[in-house]
Amino acid sequence: MKPIHPKLHRIDHFKKPVQDDYEIILRPETSWIHLELKGIWHYRDLLLLMVWRDFSAKYKQTLLGPLWFLLQPLLMTLVFTVIFGKVAGLPTDGLPPLLFYLCGQLSWNYFAANFNSNSATLVNNAGLFSKVYFPRLIVPISALISNLFTFGIQLALFVGFYFYFKTGPGPALFAASWRALFLPLILVQTALLSLGVGLLMSAITAKYRDLTHVLNLLIQLWMYATPVIIPLSKFPEKWRWVIALNPMTTIVESTRLILLGNGTVYPAHLIDSVIVTLLLLAAGLLAFIKVEKTFVDTV
Amino acid sequence: MARPIIEVRNLSKVYQLGSIGATRLKDDVERLWQSLRGKPVIRKKGEFWALRDVSFEMQPGEVLGIIGKNGAGKSTLLKILSRITQQTQGEIILRGRVASLLEVGTGFHPDLSGRENIFLNGAILGMTRAEIRRKLDEIIAFAEVEQFVDTPVKRYSSGMYVRLAFAVAAHLEPEILIIDEVLAVGDIAFQKKCLGKMSEVAHHGRTVLFVSHNMAAIRNLCSRALLLDHGISEINGTPDSVITHYLASTAGQLSTHISMPPGEGSGAFPTSLRLSALDGTPQSMFKIGEPWKIQLEFELTRDLPYVIAAVGLRNVESVALLTWWSAPSDLVIGQYVVDFECQIPFSAGEINFVVGISSHEQTLYYAEGTSSAAISEIAVGDQPVRSSGAGLIAETQRPIIRTA
Repeated sequence: MKPIHPKLHRIDHFKKPVQDDYEIILRPETSWIHLELKGIWHYRDLLLLMVWRDFSAKYKQTLLGPLWFLLQPLLMTLVFTVIFGKVAGLPTDGLPPLLFYLCGQLSWNYFAANFNSNSATLVNNAGLFSKVYFPRLIVPISALISNLFTFGIQLALFVGFYFYFKTGPGPALFAASWRALFLPLILVQTALLSLGVGLLMSAITAKYRDLTHVLNLLIQLWMYATPVIIPLSKFPEKWRWVIALNPMTTIVESTRLILLGNGTVYPAHLIDSVIVTLLLLAAGLLAFIKVEKTFVDTV
Repeated sequence: MARPIIEVRNLSKVYQLGSIGATRLKDDVERLWQSLRGKPVIRKKGEFWALRDVSFEMQPGEVLGIIGKNGAGKSTLLKILSRITQQTQGEIILRGRVASLLEVGTGFHPDLSGRENIFLNGAILGMTRAEIRRKLDEIIAFAEVEQFVDTPVKRYSSGMYVRLAFAVAAHLEPEILIIDEVLAVGDIAFQKKCLGKMSEVAHHGRTVLFVSHNMAAIRNLCSRALLLDHGISEINGTPDSVITHYLASTAGQLSTHISMPPGEGSGAFPTSLRLSALDGTPQSMFKIGEPWKIQLEFELTRDLPYVIAAVGLRNVESVALLTWWSAPSDLVIGQYVVDFECQIPFSAGEINFVVGISSHEQTLYYAEGTSSAAISEIAVGDQPVRSSGAGLIAETQRPIIRTA
């Protein structure tokens, strides 16, 4: 039997069909840097339809519909405020506890929602992927976009409470800053981070099915490792870099800094956070692309 | 000549046995632990070559039928061509957009309405929203679900579901269409509609790859056929020749003495069914047009009036070719013989037998034999012959056209 030599070939790009030079060559390959960006562009209608489907199906399935997107962070925030704020008396960086926790929820939820949607993509969609072909990256990307709408709704909730506190009784102890313009960038970083982690976990769970049970635990533990409940300022200064290895730390603290005027952000942590994000994104993409080609055989 | 729209060269696909199915982290950790302790670890449980060195080409507009036994590699080939999984070796060149129908209703979401699912399913199959919008009315009309198009699909009956799913798929316009036995669903009216649409698509110049076990469909729709056996492409040619080859290879055991199942104690059962040439020499394979003889021996364990013994001939697709009934007679306990002489030329293929014994038109015995006879592809006198269709041959002597 001839030995199998893996070749480093790339699939020729998608050209518009019906042209004479339209050609796709498929070879077994172990080339890792192969993104079907053109394929995703070609299937952009599908991407939009999937975003619409995710949103619409959630809307139709629940009794409360879109209200649920507001209730969940609200309830969580109330619980945190009462338990951690009032009962445990944890500090909140000098900010009103409700706003503090709500802001933390806001930035954390987008990451968590993406993680939950995407961390077992291959396993969850095995039926679909084994019957029809389309660039599989479309599924996690569509989740990122549909969760963005949820983020938007929760941001509106936050803004509502912000103005209530700002114009309501009591001294105004906080202020949003012009740095709010950076919020989209932070959002992009969160999206890329959650994409990377999600793809990595998808690749791992495609091989080791039993790890799907661990995912829930993982995201919960991750939250406790992020200053969502306890601000970074509470940690002794020489240990803060450890917490900052978690890229979400800087994201959550920056969001608080931007929206409420008080957060612990070091430039070094910022750079570290971005680097880790990009590394995780690269690792996730490589792992996913490698696994998705043949996972149908073993899923 | 235009370049081939599909080129497949030396395609192979290997599956590792033993690791099919979900691996568990627990298992891998255990194995690692075992190997660290120095115990021998059984890693490889062998390989399975689903496809081995398959090569073929397709020109634009061809309709290729792929046939073969279950497990021959047909679905694997389609999956690789559809990019659902990747080959182990070999190269494929595609010069057109591919749309695959490997399942009906892929991606349907139960909570969305029929209309919404048309868009979703259409997009999954590769259509743009503009395309779907253009064809929406046609699709709904084809599926006959006008009244229900805004109800969630989870409320549909299975028939409606399938009709809708197929309707979307039927309106795809890719350059290359790959279909895997999807059509064996729905009621007869719908199946006819599907085959009709398939035929329309096939004759409109679209390149189609079609996997099916329905030999009639393959004959009607395909311009060429490919036979896969254990992952190897056995033969590639006209549908008739490939189908004949396939049927010959799956032929049952040929025997001059056809074994029949035992009776159920109703008083009559066959003791032997023998095949021979007219002069009595046992023979199990006959040339086209060669006369042959079937001799049935049966036994009666009680007196029976108006006994008729019959032999039915069926081809390998279980299409009934011919049935002979003996003349009726009143018989007593004993053993009897009936000879049937066959002068009718059948076309090449396998012939299976059914024996029936009745008394006063009430069936006492009816069963199918477990071995067969075969008509070879050669005609008597070695004259060239054209045979097609199920069973009866069109002509061994072809009439000559003359002016009116």
